[in-house]
Amino acid sequence: MITIETASTAAYVVAGLLFILALAGLSRHETARTGNTFGMIGMAIALVATIALAFDHGLGSGAFALLVAAMVVGALVGLQRARTVEMTGMPELIALLHSFVGLAAVLVGWNGYLHVEAHPLHPAAILLRRTDMLGIHSAEVFIGVFIGAVTFTGSIVAFLKLSARISSAPLVLPGKNYLNLGALAAFVVLTVWFVISPALWLLIAVTILALLLGWHLVASIGGGDMPVVVSMLNSYSGWAAAASGFLLDNDLLIVTGALVGASGAYLSYIMCKAMNRSFISVIAGGFGIEAPSGEEADHGEHREIGAEEAAEVLAGASSVVITPGYGMAVAQAQYPVAELTAQLRSRGVEVRFGIHPVAGRLPGHMNVLLAEAKVPYDIVLELDEINDDLAETDVVLVIGANDTVNPAAAEDPGSPIAGMPVLRVWEAGEVIVFKRSMATGYAGVQNPLFFRDNSRMLFGDAKERVEDILRHLP
Amino acid sequence: MLIGIPKESAPGQTLVAATGATTAKLVRLGYDVVVESGAGGYADQADAAYLEAGGRVGTAEEVWAADVVVKIDAPTEDEIARLREGATVVAMMAPARSPELVESLGARGVTALALDAVPRISRAQSMDVLSSMANVGGYRAVVEAAHEFGRMFTGQVTAAGKVPPARVFVVGAGVAGLAAIGAAGSMGAIVRAFDVRPEVAEQVASMGGDFVTVEMETEVSSDGYAKEMTAEQELATAVMYAEEATAADIVITTALIPGRPAPTLITAETVAAMRPGSVIVDMAAATGGNCELTVPGQRTVTENGVIILGYTDLPGRLAAQTSQLYGTNVVNLMTLLTPGKDGQLTLDLEDVVQRGLTVTRSGEVLWPPPPVQVSAAPAPTAPAAVAAPAEKRPALTESGKVTVVSVAAAALFALIALSPPQLQGNLTVFALAVVIGFYVIGHVHHALHTPLMSVTNAISGIIVVGAILQIGDPNRLISALAFVAVLVASINIFGGFAVTRRMLGMFSRS
Repeated sequence: MITIETASTAAYVVAGLLFILALAGLSRHETARTGNTFGMIGMAIALVATIALAFDHGLGSGAFALLVAAMVVGALVGLQRARTVEMTGMPELIALLHSFVGLAAVLVGWNGYLHVEAHPLHPAAILLRRTDMLGIHSAEVFIGVFIGAVTFTGSIVAFLKLSARISSAPLVLPGKNYLNLGALAAFVVLTVWFVISPALWLLIAVTILALLLGWHLVASIGGGDMPVVVSMLNSYSGWAAAASGFLLDNDLLIVTGALVGASGAYLSYIMCKAMNRSFISVIAGGFGIEAPSGEEADHGEHREIGAEEAAEVLAGASSVVITPGYGMAVAQAQYPVAELTAQLRSRGVEVRFGIHPVAGRLPGHMNVLLAEAKVPYDIVLELDEINDDLAETDVVLVIGANDTVNPAAAEDPGSPIAGMPVLRVWEAGEVIVFKRSMATGYAGVQNPLFFRDNSRMLFGDAKERVEDILRHLP
Repeated sequence: MLIGIPKESAPGQTLVAATGATTAKLVRLGYDVVVESGAGGYADQADAAYLEAGGRVGTAEEVWAADVVVKIDAPTEDEIARLREGATVVAMMAPARSPELVESLGARGVTALALDAVPRISRAQSMDVLSSMANVGGYRAVVEAAHEFGRMFTGQVTAAGKVPPARVFVVGAGVAGLAAIGAAGSMGAIVRAFDVRPEVAEQVASMGGDFVTVEMETEVSSDGYAKEMTAEQELATAVMYAEEATAADIVITTALIPGRPAPTLITAETVAAMRPGSVIVDMAAATGGNCELTVPGQRTVTENGVIILGYTDLPGRLAAQTSQLYGTNVVNLMTLLTPGKDGQLTLDLEDVVQRGLTVTRSGEVLWPPPPVQVSAAPAPTAPAAVAAPAEKRPALTESGKVTVVSVAAAALFALIALSPPQLQGNLTVFALAVVIGFYVIGHVHHALHTPLMSVTNAISGIIVVGAILQIGDPNRLISALAFVAVLVASINIFGGFAVTRRMLGMFSRS
């Protein structure tokens, strides 16, 4: 016999499977769009089932109007942002969306408390007490609120840093690791206390504690570690949703939360591997704190090149590899770079892109920027795919990248970035480095690449310089 | 400062340490260059070429009185005596094998830089003369073999019958071996190659050769050279050498061990079993040879008609080319030693490259240098692991992994066993979903990581489900909080899917 209850459970399973298909679709460009559609269908099924369930539970027309209003306003805001966001601004948007999930998890957790613990005589509370589940319910409220609040403020700080509304330099409080550990210990103590005697002030205390922890955690991480931070927050937002699922005994929320949590954790792992650092060391602090770049070795002199000469070099090359970094996004140089690519390709020059996993401020950020500028994705290769070909490449253009092409990582065991996998651009015939000045990169390490015999520097704004090259192409 | 380029004194030496083109570059670095008259004769470099490049042509006395003397072979005792005190001499010196030379250089009070002792790191590749010479030598070895071999290299089907392609077996896939593989392959031969370092298999394949494998334990080279094999390994490979060599028409051996005699790899019995007319080119002849029957510097023919070439001057047989490459290596070295581009040579012993090739400094013997750990020059596989062994965290051993998993399993067991039934169900779903999540995400294309994040943003908006069920609550506060939660979660759902869709629409194929 199909009831609303059984139908909604079935709908949740179907929706969960569609979400898995959505993520599986992203394994290839060809299936990615279908995957996204699966995700939308899954979401639609889940929403319809939930609203039906809410009616079954006695959702009044007034409340329904409220629900529709909230969803319509949310949908309008979301669609508006999605339509207008610049691809360079994707990291900010992603961080902001993480914060919403965190906020929603906090609110759902608070409602769980207000619904049950605050009213010991409420039927739901009596039922929980009779089945000995009240303590577990309290713990779930606490955990959900804690993870949600950490995600919320952490993402807000990440958003502020990424959009340059606050400085992206790491905040260094004395004993910051102890502050973090202390906050975790306090959370455990408060949870036990709350399970024994649920009190409103404990919930307020843990919310404030978690908000502060989230803020401090991200504030103390520098701009270049942002790919890890954003993936980490992605993971947290998933765990927050899963925690809400436990609280509400909702398997769909648990499954989705676990999927998202695993996704973020996996991305963080890839990013950490690409920097040859452990997750703990990223959380515990930036490069600058770990290894102050004291020694200023004499690397010799760098040589400069003009846009005109660079254009000649490119026109004479038969293979060119472009390795972009965050600097390309900052200078909004992706459009002239795409134009340069198209022009060179029409002359028969083989042009490809080499993308380091941590280039940019978001995993896969460079790929999206280049896609926006209509660079075909099949010439955009990742580190392992391009590295062995660099030795046979005539010219490498390094645009706004620094640490990801630093030979010190491969050759100088004493370097702070030693062992980090890097693009071995220095093996190419000629390297042209687009750079604003001779300043060091995020890791604060001088780059011996600039002083190689086969490297030349093209100083100035990347966008303007690429446009200059385009003008001078013979 | 004045750079002197003498005429080489060793009989049969055709090379010269500078050509017109490289002289011009030395002059641009701020040096004066004097070349002994006739020095470049064999390398197609007339005296006029040096004059044109801005150098001078002078007598032997002028050249040997220069501040810096650059030559090919190590200076002889007589030549060392002609050096000015405090002068610098640059040449190939094989300092590890010539202790007397190092001693007399020290006694003379000169600075000696051994070009053949450049550390094998990427930065120093541009001044590695051994690579330059080995490259030319490998090519020439194939040319010499083709000249001696009574048949064509390439296979053909003609009206007069079928011509089988020649089979070439190359031992040692260093620079010389790879050059030989490439040259023989481009002439149409079937090329097989062996090296004790299994990691070079890819490079052999990239040059068009088949890599011969032997079942045995090997280690990854840490100093860029192959190590001498242990007795067992030698036994295991001996059979392979015999089989490959007898099956081949041409055998080119390039196996060298730095500072020691070359290993004997092709025995007299193997040679006896080879077909008449087969050719062995032993590029290791200068240090004893890889073939037991090699006579250094000579062409010999065995009783069964196998031709063995023990030429030690293969690079010198392409004198113009080799001199140009050697000269360019010298220019690159001088560029490194002349940071000011002012013609003043300054030696910085803090730099591993400069330290590595310094044999003596103003009479002070600095050989041997501290070891430089580098990866095998081109090591495309696992660059991080080879490049910085110190940084590599030791992976968990098998027992360690088992321990970690057991502890995690026990903790999970305790957690679930202590849970009430409803929570048990939830935890089961959770655990399975996490595992599925990791597998699914592991397959996501690297270029789609940003869309992945936005689509996970969208689906984590599913938290709206919780808020929807709370929105009708009679408690106004609960309803209000749920309203806000539905609103922000909706932003996520709609915004996330829409922006993913927009992004995916941008990705296009060429």
